[in-house]
Order: sequence, then C-alpha cells, then structure tokens
Amino acid sequence: MSEYVRENERTLADRVRHTLKNFGLPRLIIAAFLLLMFIVAPFTGVNFWGQITNVLNRFSWNAVLVLAMVPMVHSGCGLNFGLPVGIIAGLLGATLSIEWGFAGPLSFVMAIVIATPFALIFGVAYGWLLNKIKGGEMMIATYVGFSVVSFFCMMWLVLPYKKPDMAWGFEGTGLRTTFPVDKYYGGVLSNFLRIDLGRLVIPTGALLFFALLAVMIWAFLHTKTGTAMTAVGSNPTFARAAGINVDRIRMLSVVMSTWLAAVGILVYEQGFGFVQLYNAPFNMALPAVSAILIGGATANKASITNVIIGTILFQGMVTMTPTVMNGLINLDISEVLRVVVSNGMILYALTRRTEATR
Amino acid sequence: MNTNNKPASRKLLGFLGNNAVPIMFILIIVICLPMSGFSTTFLLNEIVTRLSRNAFLILSLLIPIMAGMGLNFGMTLGAMAAEIALIFTSDWQIWGIPGIVLAMIMSIPISAVLGLVCGKLLNAAKGREMITSYIISFFMNGVYQLVVLYMMGSIIPIIHNNIKLPRGYGVRASVDLTRIRKSLDNVLAVNIAGVKIPVMTLLIIAAMCLIIVWFRRTKLGQDMRAVGQDMEVARASGIDVERTRIISIVISTVLAGLGMVIYLQNMGDMATYSSHSQIGMFCIAALLVGGASVDRASIGNVFLGVILFHTMFILAPRAGAVITGNEVIGEYFRVFVSYGVITVALVMYETKKRRAKAGMGAQLEAAQREEEGR
Amino acid sequence: MSNQAPLLELKNIKKDFFGNQVLEDINLTLKAGEVLGLVGENGAGKSTLMKILFGMTEIRDTGGYGGDVLLNGQKVSFNSPFDALEAGIGMVHQEFSLIPGFTATDNILLNREPQKKSAVSEVFGDRLNTLDRREMKRLSEEAIEKMGVRIEGSMQISDMPVGHKQFTEIARELSKEQLRLLILDEPTAVLTEQEAEALLDSIRGMSKRGIAVIFITHRLQEILNVCDKVAVMRDGVLVKDVPAAETNVTEITRWMVGRNVEGMAEDQRQAVGGEVVMSIRKLWVDMPGEIVRNVNLDVRRGEILGIGGLAGQGKLGIPNGVMGLYPAGGSVTFDGAQIPLNQPRKCLDSQLAFVSEDRRGVGLLLDESLEWNIAFPAMQIHGRFLKSKLGGAVKWRDDRAIREVTAKYIDELQIKCTSSKQKAKELSGGNQQKVCLAKAFALEPKFLFVSEPTRGIDVGAKALVLEALEKFNREKGITIVMISSELEELRQICDRIAIVSGGRIAGILPASCSSEEFGALMVSSVV
Repeated sequence: MSEYVRENERTLADRVRHTLKNFGLPRLIIAAFLLLMFIVAPFTGVNFWGQITNVLNRFSWNAVLVLAMVPMVHSGCGLNFGLPVGIIAGLLGATLSIEWGFAGPLSFVMAIVIATPFALIFGVAYGWLLNKIKGGEMMIATYVGFSVVSFFCMMWLVLPYKKPDMAWGFEGTGLRTTFPVDKYYGGVLSNFLRIDLGRLVIPTGALLFFALLAVMIWAFLHTKTGTAMTAVGSNPTFARAAGINVDRIRMLSVVMSTWLAAVGILVYEQGFGFVQLYNAPFNMALPAVSAILIGGATANKASITNVIIGTILFQGMVTMTPTVMNGLINLDISEVLRVVVSNGMILYALTRRTEATR
Repeated sequence: MNTNNKPASRKLLGFLGNNAVPIMFILIIVICLPMSGFSTTFLLNEIVTRLSRNAFLILSLLIPIMAGMGLNFGMTLGAMAAEIALIFTSDWQIWGIPGIVLAMIMSIPISAVLGLVCGKLLNAAKGREMITSYIISFFMNGVYQLVVLYMMGSIIPIIHNNIKLPRGYGVRASVDLTRIRKSLDNVLAVNIAGVKIPVMTLLIIAAMCLIIVWFRRTKLGQDMRAVGQDMEVARASGIDVERTRIISIVISTVLAGLGMVIYLQNMGDMATYSSHSQIGMFCIAALLVGGASVDRASIGNVFLGVILFHTMFILAPRAGAVITGNEVIGEYFRVFVSYGVITVALVMYETKKRRAKAGMGAQLEAAQREEEGR
Repeated sequence: MSNQAPLLELKNIKKDFFGNQVLEDINLTLKAGEVLGLVGENGAGKSTLMKILFGMTEIRDTGGYGGDVLLNGQKVSFNSPFDALEAGIGMVHQEFSLIPGFTATDNILLNREPQKKSAVSEVFGDRLNTLDRREMKRLSEEAIEKMGVRIEGSMQISDMPVGHKQFTEIARELSKEQLRLLILDEPTAVLTEQEAEALLDSIRGMSKRGIAVIFITHRLQEILNVCDKVAVMRDGVLVKDVPAAETNVTEITRWMVGRNVEGMAEDQRQAVGGEVVMSIRKLWVDMPGEIVRNVNLDVRRGEILGIGGLAGQGKLGIPNGVMGLYPAGGSVTFDGAQIPLNQPRKCLDSQLAFVSEDRRGVGLLLDESLEWNIAFPAMQIHGRFLKSKLGGAVKWRDDRAIREVTAKYIDELQIKCTSSKQKAKELSGGNQQKVCLAKAFALEPKFLFVSEPTRGIDVGAKALVLEALEKFNREKGITIVMISSELEELRQICDRIAIVSGGRIAGILPASCSSEEFGALMVSSVV
C-alpha cells in the first residue's frame, strides 16, 4: 500500500513540473497581466470587490460554453469552431419555451428540455459531416456554424412566432434582434442561493449549475466510454485496432458538445438577461475557443481545469481591462486588446510545431 | 449497344457533379430573374459595375491556390493596407487619379510586410493554412483597429478634423472618398445602349489577367505549382519551399491591396472598421461559385463567379421581397448562400482528398477471381 | 582508360547508429561504365551504404560515417544530396519523387528548367525568367532517347502507368549532363516483365556511354543478365564481390541468407498437435506496400508459426488484414467459427490479439500513461478494470486495478520506466515494444499475431521480447504467429516458417531447414 502512496507523490511532483512546463509563455503573460490589473485596480479608484463580482458573474455566464469544447477536443475533433450549431439549438429552445407560454424558472427548464432534441438532431448531422472530413474539421466546422447561423437568420424572420415579448409588431413578421428575458428565466440561476456580501455578490446557483455539468463531464471521462473517447482523440488508429468504433465515439462527442453549447447559451442568457438572435451567435465561438486555449488546452487535450482557468483568465481580462484602463489613462483599448489576445492565442495554438496534425 | 451510352451518361453525371455549384447558381438566378422585375439595362449596368469593382480582388486569390495553400482568407490583410493608404491620401487631400495611384503605391509596402508575416505563420501551420489564415485576418483586424483607432492622430499625424474623431485621435467610422469616387472608372468610359462601361478599370483587370497567365509560365510560377502539388518532391529537387510559399502569399496580399483601392474608388465611401471584414468571405464565395475548388482555380472561374454571384446578390433581396414580403430576408439569404457555398466547397475538397486514397481493394479481388477462373 | 583511378572507390566504410553497427569495413570499387548488382536481405545495410554515397543528411545527423569515399581517386564528402548530384551521382528511389500534376518533361527538368531572360527578370531576379518550353522539350526528348525506352514527354504523371513513372525518374537522372554514376534502388519492383526487360536494355546502353550503374534488386536473374559484377551484403558486411559471369542464383542466395547456424533451437519440438486452429482462405489485403494476394494458410493449435519474407512482399499484410486494420477479403475461420473481416472488434471478441509492427502509429497511445496503454484494450473488449456504479448503469474506470496490472507487467517484462504513470512516448523503443506486448498479454488472448516484434530495438531488449513470447506460448499454450524480416530470429523460436513472396505464400518449412532453402523461397516470385 505504502508503495502506491510514494508513487503518487512522485507523480504529483512530476505533474506539477509538467504543468508548469506546459503552461506556456502566452498564458503566463495573460495571467501576469490579469494579476497586474488586480493590483493596480484599487489605485485607480475602481471598486475592487465590484470587479471580483463582475468576473464571477461573467465566469458563470460563459463557463458552460467553454465546457462545450471539451468532448470534441477529447475525441480528436479539434476545437469546436462550430459552437454556433449548438447555440442555435439553445436559441430554439429558448424561443419556443417562451412562445409556448412557460414563465419563471420553469421556462428555463423547458428551454433545456425543448433544446435537447434539436441539439441531438443537429449534433448527429454535424457529427456525421465531421466524420466524412476527418482532418479538416476546424475550417469546415467554422463554416458549418456560419451557414447554420445565417440560415436561422432567415428562420427567425419566417417562423410564425407570435409572443409579443419576442416578435416584431402584431402581424408576427419575425423575432426581434434582442429581447429581455426578465419575465422568464432572467437570473434564474444567478439569483438562486445568491450570496450578497454587500460589495461582493456571488451567483451561487449559476456556479453550482456549472459545477454540476463539469462534474458530469469529469465523471463521463472516467467511464468506459469516456476512456474510449480520450483514446480516440489521442490516437484514432490505436483505438480502431482496439476494436473501438471511432466514428461512433466521435459522433457522441459532437452530440455532447452541441448539447452543452445549447445549455451554455441558455445559461449565458439567464445571466446576461437578454436573448440575442440573428448575427449574435457568429461571435460566440472564437471567445470560447480562445478561453479554453488560454486555460492550457491544446487542439487535442483539454480538461475541466483548463476550462475553469481559461474562463477566469479570459473573462477577467475582458471585464478588468476597460475599467482599469479607463481609470488609469482614460483610454479604453479593451475591445482591441480582447480581439488581439483571443485571436493571438488561437494563432499560437495553430502554429505551434509540437501540435502536429495528429 | 449500351456500352457507348453508359460512359456518356456517367460523363454527364461527372460534369454535373464537378460543376454542381455554378449550375445551382444558374438555377437560382433563372428562378429569381422574372420575379425581381429588373430591367435588362439596370441588371447589365449593375453586373458591369460589380465586375469592375470585384474582379481584381478575386484575381488575388489565384496565386496561393496555385501554391497549394488553399483559399487565402488572409487577403483581408491587403484590404487593410489599402484602407490605411487611402486614409493617408485623403488626409493629404490628394484626389482623383493621382490619389488612386498614390494609394496603390503606398499600399504595396504595407501589404508586403503583412503578407510576409502571414506567410511565415502559414509555414508554421502547414496543412492547416486555411483556418490559420482565417484567424490571422481576425488577429490583424485587432492590430488594424489599434493603429487606426488609437495611434492615428496621436502618434501618427493626421491633419484634418473631418477624418479624425472628435476626441482628437482615431479615425472616424467612415472616410469620405467622394472626390476620388469613380475617377478610375470614368477614364475612357463609354456608354453602350445605356450600359456604362468603365474601360480603364476593365483594361487594368485584363492586364492583370495577362500578368497571371505570364506568371504561370515563369520559373517562379512553375516552382509554385510544384510546391503546391508536392512539397517534399519540390524540396528534394532543390526548390526553396518555404520561400516560395511566402512569396505567393506576399503577391496575393499586395494584389488584394491594389484590388481594394479599385473597389473603394468605385464605392466612393469607406467604412473604416468594416469595409475589409467581409471582403474576404465574399471574394472567396464568388470564386467558388465560378466553379473553382480549394486546389484548382482559373481566370475563367473568377469571371463566371463574379457574374453569377453578384447577379444572385442583386436579385436575392427583390426576389425575397416578392416571395415573403420582406426585403431583409433576401439579404440574409445571400449571406447564407455565401457561407453555404464555401462550406460545400470545403466539404467537397476534403471528401475528394479522402476518396483518392481508397479503391485498391476491388482491383485485388477482381484479379484474384480472374486468376481462379483461369 | 585502365590506368585511371576507378570511378568510385569505397574504403573501409563503417557506420553505426548510436552504437548499433550497421556497416563494417565495406570496400568496393567501380569503374566507369561498369554495372554492379547489389543484393542482400532487408536490413543487410544496402540502403545505408547508398545513403552514405548519396550524401543523405540523416547520415550526418546520426554521427557521420567512417572510412573514405573516393570519386576518380579524389576523396569526397557530401553534405547533402545536392553535392552528390553535383559530383555526378544520380539516384532513383523506390518511392516516386515526381509531381503528379506535371508532365514527364516538367518532371524530368524539375528545378533545372532552361529559361529565357526578360526585362522583368532583369529587374526582379531570375525566378521571373520565363521557361523555355521548346528547349525543355528538346532536353527531355534527348534524355528519353538516351534511356532508350519510349515514354511520352507531354503525358501527365498521374495518367501514367506505374512503370512509366519509374522511367520518368530514370530519364530525369540521365538528363543531367554530369551524371557518371546512377544508383537504381529496386527499379524493377513495379515494372511488368516487358518493361523490366526494356530497363535492362537501357542499363546496358548507359554502360556503353560510360555511366556506371549500381543496381539494387531482389530479382537475382536480372543481376546475372545485366551486371558486370555482383556484391552481396549480409548483416552490414560485404560478404562477396565477384564477377557476375562466375556465379549463379543458388550461390548468391546462399551468400545472402547463409549465416553460421549457431545455437539453433536444439529443443526442436515435434510438430505440434496437428489440429488446425485458424485457417485462412483466399485472403487478399489492400495494405499499401504490403499487398497480399490469394493466401491460404493453416495455423495449428499451440505452435509458433513464423512468417518471413523480404520487405514489401506482403508478409505484414497478412496479420493486418486478418485483424481488420486494412481492407481485406477472403475467409478466416478460428476455432471453427467464421471471423468477419474488416471489423477489428470481432477479431478481438474472438480472443485474437495483435501486436502491430507500427508501434508509434498503431500500437501505442503515445500521449497517455503506460497504465492506459496496457489496460485500454482489455477494458474495452472484455470489460476488465471496471467497477459498476449506480446499479450497473455506469461502468467506472477502476484506476487501482489498472495500476496493479500495469505494475505486474512492468515487473514481468522488465519495462524500464519512472512510474506506471509515465507517458508511452517517453520510453525507449525496446520498452515501448514491451508495453505493446503487455497490452496484448493483458487481453489474455487465445491467439496472438506479433508483427516485427524486434524491429528497431537493441539486442538486450530483443532477447527479452523473444523470451517473453516463447514463454507465453510454452507456458500458456497460446498459439502465436510471428512476422519478422529476420529469418534467424524466426528460426530461433518458431516451429514452422512460412515465406511470403510476391504477396503469396511461397512455401512453409520447418524451422530446422537450411537458410538456403528459405532464401530460395524468398526470392521465388518477388514483385
């Protein structure tokens, strides 16, 4: 028994060293930058605890979307640039749940319930396509996402939605670009068990919900099928030689990612307070991709830890920079900074030689 | 008797399969045309205008395809260079043809540097060129904003207040190019049956086509095709693969910059922060509509593509309005079609790559059966 | 002429790869216009010798070589193939080095195209010269003429039959003015009989023009037909160097394979049982480079059957086809039950296991721990190392059981590693191979295919691996089919050895037969 303990210790030390080595320069810079922001913040008259609250909030809105990257990365389908496919399923869930008259927390549950079959159908179709074009996933995923979003731009106009909260006018000529969900599921998670310490507010419910999903994914990766998924991502030929149906596992991972994206957008909306239709989903994939990369993931390895660290760093950067910069030099370059850093991170991952194309 | 028939029908199927995208577009246009109710003159005018506006930009995509680097989503970088050049020429108030020429000349070094960076990055991402060039365009867009929105007027001198934002630095969201508007198009322009033909612009495009034809016959063109088809063989024969690839991207970026100046002089107005963002997508979609694929594109594809794609562009909103009573839907439709076409082209390219690898098994089995029969 | 220094002289050439001696004291001379046939089994050192001659960078990257290469009496040392080309050495490789979308002419003159200057190129440099198409046509036709085999210069490579691709490559070498020595590495392997004959003629023609040729092939008759002398290599040593007129196929075969038969398994067991446990009928396998045609083979229960043969003849295709890793057809029965092909899962379910020759590509999860590597197939196939949770609804990975079984195999096979959590890619080749074996053993199979188990591993590990296999067979009675390029190794542990040649079984002999008999089978119907 004691042998095993010693072995564990050694591997723990190994692991720490390994993690440090793998942390990478860009991540280090971003982490240092964020740290600097927190240190500087009080001097610029920015409310420190208010900032922490902000970061926590943004974390709770976005973490599930980032989590949606994990299954596909694990099965070797690469970074899910096709996140919008799942988001559309989530939006269908949201709008239909509202249209059919559900309100309050129930509307959130129903949105997930309604989104699920859509996510399954979309996921299966999307997975089938990705299985046809192994090796070219990322580019095609991007454009599949775009195609689906632009197709639904038309659908939002055409589908016979009637609910006045969402639709334009009374004739029902399509949905609005943005509408609030406060009558429905706005804050339904964030306000659940909310801890209000005055200056610091913790959106306990939303964090718990993320934790629940994260534990589910973590647990899944410890099952027989989850192990097979990791192996498929690590070396598909090995997996095939071990009798695994590679295409089926990949399909499963795509469906999972798609469903998580659907739930993720609902979580985002309940925190943000609005549903955004039409072109909004176009811009959801890149931040999520870059967040998980910032968290230390690579194109075919990602863990829950990567998700948590990445989302905190990314959202921290997004929320802290504008306020601190404004307070400091009265110049808000945060938007530009966000674009450069997030895309720079993806670029870094794509051009690193060690991340050969499997 | 049937043996003659079979290959013919298969040939026809093969033709349809290879040209599915252009044929689909012709069908869309044939359906939309009567519904739109546009006059022939109007349509011809629009098509000629858009042809002269876009063709040069699309030509810039041909060379990276030749070098096996796929669709150059990084052509946006050239567009940004052109915009920076035009901001300066507008600020210095150099208008008309001199303004256009100066903008073109100024765009070249900026494009070349951006192209060099892009080429180096793409060499580090072999086999993933397209997604990488796509992300580079986003990344550079951030850098562009940094320069134009924060550095211009503060670090980089900008004289005139109609270009600067009221806060004293940064460039306004829109730069007025009225005074160079169509100055190139109007040179030697002729009017045939109510259709205005911008002869000078078309001559420039024609010259560019000739240059591309000539380029294919040069040593560099030959090297690029060799590198595009098999990097390892090219390297073994002593061709500097990396350098050749970088040159192809630099040329493409520079051409995109020149093309963007032509594009903007026709528009007569420049949206500082968004003119370039969609240009790559529309140019690539147009090229693919013309029947090009990720690894093969010709000058013919460019012109067929421009005509088909932009006819659809003109017709779609009106046809959409007629069908659904909503003009916006047509606009969404054409965006959808653009993305859809790119998706289909990418999928076809990847599946073709895969199919080429298989197919020996049946042959073996047949040989074995034959052997047994003997 | 005869007074001059020979065209090529190799003096005491030595080469080792990290202490592993692959060439020892090679001495060889070649006069202008002479044709040398170079033969030897795979791994005899032919390719390494040619790589040294051709200045391949991998030689320098692995510590260079010992001894001298002399060209026309001058010592030379090439830093890259380009230097070798410069000095007049040309080489036609086994893999085609051609641009598929180019014509034969374009390929023959690849990167050596005649050019025309223009005003633009004066300004922007030579790469903007236009190609002189007419001159290109002339030069390529001249080269084709020199070769003496007609191929169409304007034909695109991708439309050509495979033989013409080979000729295009040869024409490319011949189009180089300075060519004095041409190395042909198994050029006839892809040719039809007629084409091969044309090639031999072409070689004679080159020889008349004073070009020396080194001709590497497994088709011994061709060597006798065309070569002036024959050099035979075995285990990194040049064992014979004789005029072709003074020898014959049988003799050459004996030199190729004939080792001193030492320590041959004395405990030769009587042919086992006799009951057929697996029978393979009419098997074809589409494994690129290792194509199998119409193979019939019976494996007896409890035996170790060896499958040998030269590289590229299809011996590797057999296990890969049966185990479903490459498209295959025909029928395989195991223990009386039909095994469906092209479905790896079905084979594994029938308790077959396979240790692939492609360790890094197929055999291992390089980025995962040893634990995962060893336990994964057994977990997925037999549901071992799993705990049922939530009343059997969830099959949870039992990490402790995995660790225990890994520890057991680390111990048993003496795998050198820092811990069972170490990543597979961090191990040496020999230890990786042991992990692959452990993975197969953990499946507790009834039948095991082992493909090239000792390729690229050091001597100590080799012995251990073979010992482990033998033990697995003798103690547990597991039937083993072992595929190897090394005949000696097969003879050491196998009961019977099947030799594959030209994608077919050329014959099955008891391991006690002489090397000559095996050698004859190996070259019997080489493609």
